[in-house]
Amino acid sequence: MDEALLRSLTPTVIGVLVRRGADFAAAEDAVQDALVEAVRGWPAEPPRDPKGWLVTVAWRKFLDATRSDVARRRREEHVDAEPAPGPASEVDDTLQLYFRCAHPSLTPSSAVALTLRALGGLTTRQIAQAYLVPEATMAQRISRAKRTVSAVRFDQPGDVATVLRVLYLVFNEGYSGDIDLAAEAIRLTRQLATAIDHPEVAGLLALMLLHHARRATRTAPDGSLVPLAEQDRRRWDTGLIAEGVGILQAALARDRLGEFQAQAAIAALHADAPTADETDWVQIVEWYDELVRLTDSPIVRLNRAVAVGEADGARAGLAALAALDDTLPRYTAVAAHLHERDGDLATAARLYAEAALRAPNLAERDHLTRHAARLNALLNAALNARRSGAPPPRLL
Amino acid sequence: MAKYLLLKHYRGAPDPVNNVPMDQWTPEEISAHMRYMHDFAARLEGTGEFVDAQALAPEGTFVRYDGEGRPPVTDGPFVETKDLIAGWMVIDVDSHERAVELAGELSAAPGAGGRPIHEWLELRPFLTAPPTITE
Repeated sequence: MDEALLRSLTPTVIGVLVRRGADFAAAEDAVQDALVEAVRGWPAEPPRDPKGWLVTVAWRKFLDATRSDVARRRREEHVDAEPAPGPASEVDDTLQLYFRCAHPSLTPSSAVALTLRALGGLTTRQIAQAYLVPEATMAQRISRAKRTVSAVRFDQPGDVATVLRVLYLVFNEGYSGDIDLAAEAIRLTRQLATAIDHPEVAGLLALMLLHHARRATRTAPDGSLVPLAEQDRRRWDTGLIAEGVGILQAALARDRLGEFQAQAAIAALHADAPTADETDWVQIVEWYDELVRLTDSPIVRLNRAVAVGEADGARAGLAALAALDDTLPRYTAVAAHLHERDGDLATAARLYAEAALRAPNLAERDHLTRHAARLNALLNAALNARRSGAPPPRLL
Repeated sequence: MAKYLLLKHYRGAPDPVNNVPMDQWTPEEISAHMRYMHDFAARLEGTGEFVDAQALAPEGTFVRYDGEGRPPVTDGPFVETKDLIAGWMVIDVDSHERAVELAGELSAAPGAGGRPIHEWLELRPFLTAPPTITE
């Protein structure tokens, strides 16, 4: 196999094809194809005239490609000439795609990847970047997901709750890199809300808008967490809040309450308070009671304990907390917060440090560590003051 | 989805059950071991759960700042550490249960006599960016 000969012939053969009327890119492609054939066939049967052979094969490849191109163009022109599909059928197709992408036979992560690919139109690379995995891994995830759902028959409508769960997962991923998954989730949920009339779809859309409205204030420029009570409310997006509240009120009016509507109601009460102190905690506790009834989730009960602590005082919050399993995620952080409000700084400092060790992400760990450090500094100052006989510094 | 680190140790972790040093395996046993690891990674690529895998050389050096204008202090090329990391694999899976299941499988790589080595792997979750909703 004479590779040097092949390389030296390549430009000549491309030249011949271009002279015969092929454009450069097509000629180069055709010659590459011919070279592949040469590599395969020549060791067994070398031609007497290598250049003539290459020109003949490359020209045939070029004609094949052009013919299939022409056929494709004809098909495309044909489709173009057809009347546009009516809006109804378009909606049905989109809906079917939503149910297909969120099919219960898929794992949550596959459903998310497929949704972003098929409905969001993101490239595999973009999705891989957003989830910080190699592109090959994401490509496999998506093609497995496609294979899984291609066998599924769609003769009955899917479960809206599954679709909503997948969209909520996308939203909760937030953003990383150049793909804003939260905005993407809102876009897709808006699209779903126009295709399907369902109070929980509206509830989820309202919930997303209300959370998104506060997004800019949730973290400081250095990436540290800013708790709700300390957020700069003037920077909340009032347009998004108004839209979210409007959508939520219309959904609630239909009297088919679901968990997304209840969560959105809580978010709306937070968004509605001009200052943190004016938050209507009593009503928030009532919505948490609804959520407990709807979901019976231990995480909801934990959040409810926080709300009870605000509405009825730290002691009531601690009592609500005492009924829960202390291995719940963020249980220790909630306990620390309530003990601090109750004035037991030593216990709170210990619990904040413990909660930091269990934090699921860096921002939260740093946040809790700072709380522990702040309380320990206060406690040490109080101790030193007592030793020196000076009046104790004011706590909090 | 959550990412987990599967850490292999040269030293420091408890001994594997099938505890024969690798230099006393037959070449075929070593090949079988390597093939197992390779096939495992390839399968995880197929399921979309693979993120990264790297092996590390056994020699490690501790390095420390030694003050302005002075070269960093090192403990020399032959470190006496109790704990040495041999390599890692990063996976991206749906649940902690799945991560435990995969770590168990990786620990079953064949060793001396073609039997699983039952090696101890350290499984550590990644700390991630916070989700959109926390309050």
